[in-house]
Amino acid sequence: MTTIHRPQDENEAAGIIRAAWETRAPLAIEGGGTRAGIGRPLQAAATLSSTGLNGIIEYNPAEMVITVAAGTPVATVETALAEAGQRFAFEPADYRALLGSTGEPTVGALAAANISGPRRFVAGAARDSLLGVRFVNGQGEIVRNGGKVMKNVTGLDLVKLMAGSWGTLGFLTQVTFKVQPVPESRMTLAIRGLLEEDAVNALAHAMATSADVSGAAHLPELVADKVLDGRLGSAPATLLRLEGFETSIRIRAERLKALLGSLGEIEEIGAERSAALWTQVRDLAPFAGGQEDKPVWRISMKPSEAHKAVMALRMQVGATAFYDWQGGLVWLRLETGDPEDQAVRAAVARFGGGHATLVRASGPVRASIPVFQPQSRAVAALSRRVKETFDPAGILNPGRMAAEA
Amino acid sequence: MANIRFHDPDPAILARRAQIVADLADLVPAECFVSDERELVPFETDAFTAYRRVPLAVVLPETTEQVARVLKYLAREKVPVVPRGAGTSLSGGAIPQEDAVVIGLSKMSRILEVDLPNRMARVQAGVTNINISNAVDGDGFFYAPDPSSQLACTIGGNIGMNSGGAHCLKYGVTTNNLLGVRLVTFDGEILDLGAGELDAAGYDLLGLVCGSEGQLGIVTEAIVRLIAKPEGARPVLFGFESSEVAGNCVADIIAAGIVPVAIEFMDKQAIEICEAFAHAGYPLDVEALLIVEVEGSDAEMNDMLARIIEIARRHGVSSVKESQSAMEAALIWKGRKSAFGATGRIADYICMDGTVPLSQLSHVLRETDVIVRKYGLRVANVFHAGDGNMHPLILYNVNDPEEAEKAEAAGMDILRLCVDAGGCLTGEHGVGIEKRDLMRHQYDEVDLLQQLAVRDAFDPSRIMNPSKVFPLDMTKGQTRGRAA
Repeated sequence: MTTIHRPQDENEAAGIIRAAWETRAPLAIEGGGTRAGIGRPLQAAATLSSTGLNGIIEYNPAEMVITVAAGTPVATVETALAEAGQRFAFEPADYRALLGSTGEPTVGALAAANISGPRRFVAGAARDSLLGVRFVNGQGEIVRNGGKVMKNVTGLDLVKLMAGSWGTLGFLTQVTFKVQPVPESRMTLAIRGLLEEDAVNALAHAMATSADVSGAAHLPELVADKVLDGRLGSAPATLLRLEGFETSIRIRAERLKALLGSLGEIEEIGAERSAALWTQVRDLAPFAGGQEDKPVWRISMKPSEAHKAVMALRMQVGATAFYDWQGGLVWLRLETGDPEDQAVRAAVARFGGGHATLVRASGPVRASIPVFQPQSRAVAALSRRVKETFDPAGILNPGRMAAEA
Repeated sequence: MANIRFHDPDPAILARRAQIVADLADLVPAECFVSDERELVPFETDAFTAYRRVPLAVVLPETTEQVARVLKYLAREKVPVVPRGAGTSLSGGAIPQEDAVVIGLSKMSRILEVDLPNRMARVQAGVTNINISNAVDGDGFFYAPDPSSQLACTIGGNIGMNSGGAHCLKYGVTTNNLLGVRLVTFDGEILDLGAGELDAAGYDLLGLVCGSEGQLGIVTEAIVRLIAKPEGARPVLFGFESSEVAGNCVADIIAAGIVPVAIEFMDKQAIEICEAFAHAGYPLDVEALLIVEVEGSDAEMNDMLARIIEIARRHGVSSVKESQSAMEAALIWKGRKSAFGATGRIADYICMDGTVPLSQLSHVLRETDVIVRKYGLRVANVFHAGDGNMHPLILYNVNDPEEAEKAEAAGMDILRLCVDAGGCLTGEHGVGIEKRDLMRHQYDEVDLLQQLAVRDAFDPSRIMNPSKVFPLDMTKGQTRGRAA
């Protein structure tokens, strides 16, 4: 039976970690637990949950900045932002449908797991919007870094380091994000019938124009009909999202159609369905629901190379993929239970490098292979030394990111 | 000004100078090495000119391997190292000390690869900021962060300080436009952090290195994001009867859901200085000026400007002037970007760089004026209003030691004011030596100790850019090391 600590304030959290530090007792760090299935399985007798730290601490929309207790549900924050006509620029994904998990994702986890969505390739990930953090390190010390202003180079940027550290460096108690206005309108252009290489070229072309595209994805055949209740049909769909003032996106859409019209039929998807479509791309709807036995990889590479790695991999294993971020982000589902980690990582390495993270797999699989991309010896050693400065006893989420850290 | 101290030079290193010079001369070609005392003088300071220290020697490597070789040697000898780009730091980030070797990246100024389909460029650290944009301009791309010193400053220096610029309201600062670096660690190991893909594989060491002021290693190459140029860009001048009204107008533009690419603010003093220098057509009969820039096609810009002008009218804007041509637009920006240089022609100045929440702009402007007047000095305010990054220029006479002291004291008071208003000490210039001793005003000891421990994880012997960033008493003596 594991103990669950649910501190109600930062000092209580610090006390719990200080006690764990003194006894060298490992702690599983958790928000809403909806992404607990990502990373190596933990061996910890106690869990430290942020869900007792709840509430918006400071939000003045005219400053485009929000400060929130780490355990606050994302939904609560997004509602407050929407009421003021604002949103997170990084479009945080919700992995519940993909992983078959339940509960409420928390804002702290957006930072801790550096979550993002389709807009990431132009607007940055959570790490780029994250302005400040408060956290408790592995010795029970309360540490502040960054702040509440949009530009800040005062001292080392530990904010970036905390983003994507998956609870292995500290227990986040408070996060401050930069936010942005919700654009007046949105629409999506779907170029139909392109194969991967042509699709990626089309996306690159669009990104080389001033059309200010805020979403650039490609859904190949067998994926396209898994969104919008199949209304797109099964032909491949290469998607370009435009957001902004209505007059402006109209102009930009016409420009893109003139540029790309010769490649294939271009459909316009209006504001409402556009929003639904990108939410489904963001939350991996094509790979969600009742397919938890099929491993899913998240692969980040150069946009021009990623589809080549997928093609090469397909010669060896049965896999289905779709692409976001101008083609640079691959969501890859393997059709048997085998994660094929060596083949996947070899393909990534062969085509210019990048990283592959196994975001969905069973516990035993995750315990047996590196879930996160293995790093070079020197970078791994440096990362370990950095980890030791935060958590010298290795009690915070031990082994979640790498077996030895 | 002599209030800011450095670590005392290590007499043992000074005594070994001849040997160190001889050893270094063996490690790099003769044209990459400076040890003659007169030739060392240009390296004694940067754009924070009130402080000068002649270094022990200067190495100007041509390759990453040379950087690694030199660092390996200096680490073994425990000789301090001061990395240098173009030496345009406003916070003293590149000022050396007598027992330190400067490693200048100016010879490593090549653009190695332009990859337009992936919208990235791989460049050497000594390339100037503007040269990246110039290299891809014909293809319709640019590199977004644009510090005012972009004609001279290097991308390596930009990474060291996580530099910003006027247009980061829309495009972000250096860290948001950086996809990878080649980093040589203090002991000469070469690491690649990021290869052009997005997000880090493990800990975001790339994000940590950006803005680390040369204390985590020396960046010799970088992969940067290129962005497609907007179809057009149009700066518009808005004149107001008071700074406060201009500040409120900024807040309302943002609150209305409009994020222009840039919102720059100038007060009367700054307007007069810049106009006299650049003849940019700034109105001289106003107390405050906003330069608001919008981007897009003509139709888009017209639409956006109509909305902004409507808001400005509600705030009783006294003059609105749209640039009618690319030349006028360039002149408007020339005036703004030469603000520091133009100010330097009429007086000596120190430039502050605190950032405050947007709601505090008016309050901080008012209090800044009170502080400066208390010291009997003048101030020109020119800054990035859209993101709250203030740049009060405190004018003084460098040949009057008493006035110099006062200017420095006023600057410190203004930075404390920024922190107390919920902001920070530096938005884009870095801590350097200038703001080092105010770090405790922004951070608690435990916050600084955590940062220092991370620094030590990269450079346990603390030879990289010593005397900077952390209060001097924190970096004396032994490292904290592994906590027990």
